[in-house]
Amino acid sequence: MGREIKLMQGNQAISEAAIYAGARFYAGYPITPSSEIAEICSRVLPTIGGIFLQMEDEIASIAAVVGASLAGAKAFTATSGPGFSLMQENLGLAVMGEVPCVIVNVQRAGPSTGLATKPSQSDIMQLRWGRHGDQTVIALCPASVRECFELTVKAFNFAEKFRVPVILAPDEIVGHMRESFEVPRAGELEIIDRKKPSCPPDQYLPFEAEVDGIAPLAAYGGDHVFHITSSMHGPNGYANNNPQNASWRVEQLHRKIDLHRDEICLTKTFDTEDMDVLMVTIGATTRSGRAAALEARKRGVKVGVLQLLTLWPFPEKEVAALARDVDTVVVPEMNYSGQIAGEVQRVVGTEKEILRVNRYNGTIITPRDILESILESRSGQSVRAGG
Amino acid sequence: MTHATGTKYLKNGMLPHMWCSGCGIGILMGAMVRAFEELEYTNHETVVVTGIGCTGKLDDYLTTNALHVTHGRALPHATGVKAFNPRLKVVVIMGDGDSVTIGGNHLIHAARRNIDVTAIILNNFNYGMTGGQASGTTPEECITSTTSFGNPEREIDICALAEVAGANYVARQTPYHGWELKENIKEALNKKGFSLVEVVSPCPTHFGKNNEMLEAREMLLWLQEKSLPVEKYRKLGVGEKKDYFAVGTLVDRNAPDFNTRYEEIRKRALEL
Amino acid sequence: MKAGVEMKKSQKRHEIILAGTGGQGLVLAGILLGEAAILEGRNVAQTQSYGVASRGGLSLAEVIMDRDEIIFQQVQNPDIILALTQEALDKFRPEAQKGVPILFDTTLAKAEDGASLSGHPFTRIASDLGNTSAVNMLALGALCAATGVVDIQSLARVIEKRFKAKADLSLQALYRGMELVRGA
Repeated sequence: MGREIKLMQGNQAISEAAIYAGARFYAGYPITPSSEIAEICSRVLPTIGGIFLQMEDEIASIAAVVGASLAGAKAFTATSGPGFSLMQENLGLAVMGEVPCVIVNVQRAGPSTGLATKPSQSDIMQLRWGRHGDQTVIALCPASVRECFELTVKAFNFAEKFRVPVILAPDEIVGHMRESFEVPRAGELEIIDRKKPSCPPDQYLPFEAEVDGIAPLAAYGGDHVFHITSSMHGPNGYANNNPQNASWRVEQLHRKIDLHRDEICLTKTFDTEDMDVLMVTIGATTRSGRAAALEARKRGVKVGVLQLLTLWPFPEKEVAALARDVDTVVVPEMNYSGQIAGEVQRVVGTEKEILRVNRYNGTIITPRDILESILESRSGQSVRAGG
Repeated sequence: MTHATGTKYLKNGMLPHMWCSGCGIGILMGAMVRAFEELEYTNHETVVVTGIGCTGKLDDYLTTNALHVTHGRALPHATGVKAFNPRLKVVVIMGDGDSVTIGGNHLIHAARRNIDVTAIILNNFNYGMTGGQASGTTPEECITSTTSFGNPEREIDICALAEVAGANYVARQTPYHGWELKENIKEALNKKGFSLVEVVSPCPTHFGKNNEMLEAREMLLWLQEKSLPVEKYRKLGVGEKKDYFAVGTLVDRNAPDFNTRYEEIRKRALEL
Repeated sequence: MKAGVEMKKSQKRHEIILAGTGGQGLVLAGILLGEAAILEGRNVAQTQSYGVASRGGLSLAEVIMDRDEIIFQQVQNPDIILALTQEALDKFRPEAQKGVPILFDTTLAKAEDGASLSGHPFTRIASDLGNTSAVNMLALGALCAATGVVDIQSLARVIEKRFKAKADLSLQALYRGMELVRGA
């Protein structure tokens, strides 16, 4: 049986993929440009045995998601800039308590209410560092409706497998665009469920990691009774401020991600085999970047594109490997501060110059913007023949 | 007849607790675990959710499932637990900071939503754990470490707020009324829909010391003196009421709870 | 169409801009156009922009159809522009001067002549049909007849699928729009 081809919006693909991945609980507070996700969930979840809750704010939304996850649900929420800021504290709790959940942050332009609700890629650092304390999460960023679907499924899989909140961060362009898209059939994509405890209930320790770095997670209401706390805690989930215990715990939160970084760091490459210029892109800017790269090749400049689907942990190895032999690295992104460029610079070192193409006025970076920057930067250099 | 002790819900090795002598929270915890025992609650079907502050330490002493969360956010966490698994008994322990100050909006909406959880709120009129600062329930004129010259703001009435927001059950007690407190907690636990028990409590370490009640005993006697059973309280004239507060069951009604209503709506969605 | 922009169906890629104001159903028109193109085996990208209000202000829906992968999703070289308000026409008139055909509504924009400009009273005709809100279907019919970007039958199929029993008025408007251009 062939796949059905639909014209689907990014936000719709996220909703459908969440349900495909097994999500049965959504709690959220409406905010453009993410509200379609809430609306779709409100219609679909009741019909498939799930729960949809519209909460009083985003703080309550992520709180309800954490509660439902611990009651055994694959749970998620969706928001944008201001709401994502409000979620940070309880997102930290999800990290500390190792509570699997997915947060969709459809990125819009700030600061504050900002250019409501124009696109932006300026939450890159907030995704990683938005919470106080020493912690780590996973963040993914799609560039197409297909990737919205595929990465949402990945987000749930990573959340379940690594007991960690996973943030899916499409920009508004990707969240709102519609594309023709072959919807995966049931069973076609791998679905991962969290590891359940297999030990006798009285021996269950909710934070004792197995060799893979991850502890099994029971659900409230089952035979395994357990404590989850935002405070520093021991393997049994009870408060424990002992320095040795605290070190072990913080290390464990990081180690489980470090151990599996190769599996988590997802990237795509386009024409990187014979390039002189490497372009590193995320989200919708990938589309402009790829179009610019093809145009540049017609003009004799060999540009390859590395698309980062995983933003955090930052795909350092992948960037470093491709940046090694090029003379220029270009990073187009929809922010002023060069949030991705800064990371790329950290990876390639300060000797290599990064050509930054930034836009922060709520309009998309066009292929022409990028092409002109590349051609201008190379006008001093000899453009190699051919291409 | 043997009396319930509730000790089977208390974690071995964690006692003695960390609370100050004279605080009402030990009596609250005792009343709660006795209520659990009398209602034959099991550890695996019970989830106790706590916030931050002195009350936020309560889960440390329990053998039930527990979820200790951020300041003021215990109710929305509990809402997620209960909404997804309605078979669970979900009990939320909060202080006056958690429940009606930083988390006040969640109390309003948990009551409006009529989510079937029981909130037990220890109201000691100030932030005990952090040094006795003013909270949303600190009475006007009272002295705290952040209202050194008297509190210019008025206090909020937790029970009145819960009532207008739609709670199905609201009761108030004090640690002086240990047995009544246990009975009210049992009624609250048995009530389908949002239920709330306020426990007006001494904080001799901070609030009492700052407000001319040096001893825990003095504070308890003050609570006894100022509390009237609700039936008596309601017969007082308007002028007399300001000198007392009502204890006992203040609200008892049976609006359908969130999960019941959700299932009705689900049925409608499936029929379409 | 006066400007004579009949496109060959074999053309690999089409870029279309539908411009007007909020409430005219332009995004829906873009979706229907996209769904019709999918029926014909093409890839589609549809994007939109609008003001903060759901009604009023300049509203744009863009549709790209391509037999190959659509890399950049935004229209860069429009093959045809629909302008349903004066503001929309004013915004895109420079494109007409570059030779991009513009199909515009003479009910809401002042009638004017010019190379690549073709005006029809879409809103008035929709009103005569009994529903101003069918203006988007009427314009789709005209756009389809003028350019052949998709088969009118493909559009009719997706309209029937979406509106089911209530599809009649939309289909009537679609065919009326088609006749408007073919008759001209």
